[in-house]
Amino acid sequence: MIELRNLSKTFMTGDGQVEALKHINLTIQNGDIYGIIGMSGAGKSTLVRCINMLERPTEGSVLMDGRDMAGMSIKELRQMRRKITMIFQGFNLLMQRTCLKNVTLPLRLSGVDRKTAEKKGRELLALVGLPDKANAYPAQLSGGQQQRVAIARALATEPDVLLCDEATSALDPKTTHAILELIRDINRKMGITVIVITHQMSVVQEICSRVAILENGSVVEEGEVSEVFSNPRANATRNLIYPESNGESAIFPEGGQRIRVIYNGAIASREPMIAKMAVDCGILASILGASTRSVGDRAYGYILLDIPGGPEELAKAIAYLSAVPDVMVQVEAEYAAKEADV
Amino acid sequence: MNFANAFTPERLQEAWNCLLTEFPFAVWETLYSTLLATLFAIIIGLPLGVLLVTGEQKGVRPLPRPVMSFLNVLINLLRSVPFIILMVMIIPLTRVIVGTSVGTVASIVPLTVAAFPFIARLVESSLREINPNIIETAQSMGATPMQIVLHVMLPESVPSLVTNFTLAITTIMGYTAMSGAVGGGGLGKLALAYGYQRYRYAVLYLAVIVLVLITQVIQSFGTWLAARLDKRLK
Repeated sequence: MIELRNLSKTFMTGDGQVEALKHINLTIQNGDIYGIIGMSGAGKSTLVRCINMLERPTEGSVLMDGRDMAGMSIKELRQMRRKITMIFQGFNLLMQRTCLKNVTLPLRLSGVDRKTAEKKGRELLALVGLPDKANAYPAQLSGGQQQRVAIARALATEPDVLLCDEATSALDPKTTHAILELIRDINRKMGITVIVITHQMSVVQEICSRVAILENGSVVEEGEVSEVFSNPRANATRNLIYPESNGESAIFPEGGQRIRVIYNGAIASREPMIAKMAVDCGILASILGASTRSVGDRAYGYILLDIPGGPEELAKAIAYLSAVPDVMVQVEAEYAAKEADV
Repeated sequence: MNFANAFTPERLQEAWNCLLTEFPFAVWETLYSTLLATLFAIIIGLPLGVLLVTGEQKGVRPLPRPVMSFLNVLINLLRSVPFIILMVMIIPLTRVIVGTSVGTVASIVPLTVAAFPFIARLVESSLREINPNIIETAQSMGATPMQIVLHVMLPESVPSLVTNFTLAITTIMGYTAMSGAVGGGGLGKLALAYGYQRYRYAVLYLAVIVLVLITQVIQSFGTWLAARLDKRLK
């Protein structure tokens, strides 16, 4: 279990202090795939570097199975880092060394003899699907293959935790999918805890079980991925889940009553519910905006509806739509108010 | 003194004879003083260049600021003294080390002293070319500063180091020609003592041509080797 307790990091720059992380509290269970997501500049990279103490936190502690990493000597930390390995956006392979030498590097650094290290290295290259690339140089490989070598290298010291720092951000969607699949496989087979740092919601959605949303150095929301997706509470989360929703209010007609129909894992194609509402209740709703995503075979997201008529029709529509399984309805009062301000 | 007279058939014949009798030994002297001086300069300059990078405040093994300032001042100082003056200035040191200040062996001392700060700066610039993320990666694996230098920084910069050492060799060879002025042997001495002071211009030109050829060969070999060692090129 990894526990971040009141973790803060302040950088001193020429212009004064920059608070990169502010009082972060997170608990990550063993065997989880945990997502930490945020826009660039939110503090994700600093956070992940505080976990293995590449950055010493200014305040707070990082507990690995109860042991405080912040209080460790550099020697203890080096031992610890063999158990918390890392992969990066830029792969960071040694370009002048073969793939096999790259994979065996952490083993050689920890004093394993060449023969044992190379045997293990070949096994790991096979595990990541590159058994024939042992003697190839990184420059001869594609980005996806380089990341696979980096993953093999990260697994060499049999870590308990794998930190992925924007590990798929430099890859195309298809390769991203394949790499995420590999990471999930490793998580399942070896029981390695994985912490995924990303700015891509799709990555979190694909492999993470829990997620924390980071904004300006603070955790603004945390929970099960399905929960956070279906009912995002913080604005930062909404922006990440529905990046297009910023332009929503522009198309709003004056006045009117709006409701947000939230898919909370509903099977979207089961019933044409907006059309059925028109038939059953005679309410002809206009769709003002929508954004849905599928997670597995279920839909998460929302449809924003304008309900014509008075409060009576509004109540009817809410009651009707709320009755659909896994669908939630919210009245969009705040949006109306916001518009009035403008 | 008549410049045109320097290239009469007799003079050319004389220069040709000189090429056969004097040149082989002069070339040998030039090469061994150059290569030995380069070797000693690398032995001193390489660790120094590594320290310049690793000892920085943001380096993998920060050293106290005064130590870094001292190293930088020392290197800048030695780099800014013209070689011909440095040779004379360190005659006492040369005497202590070699026992004499005259001759080809003695010239290796000032050559080394002039070259090691140069090498240190070249090593520094080679090591700074390394992607800092790769060093961070090594730290994330639990590598010690020494391991980072030996397993990451130096191996990753081999092609760049080869290119820079080639530059160093050709520069030091230029210095050996100057050391001919104060008793060092080699092609420089031949050109100065034989060609210039005895008005045998054909010999002087011949010596220069041979120096140019040797430089060309070393440079081409260095460039070829660096490219061959660089695994970033497919």
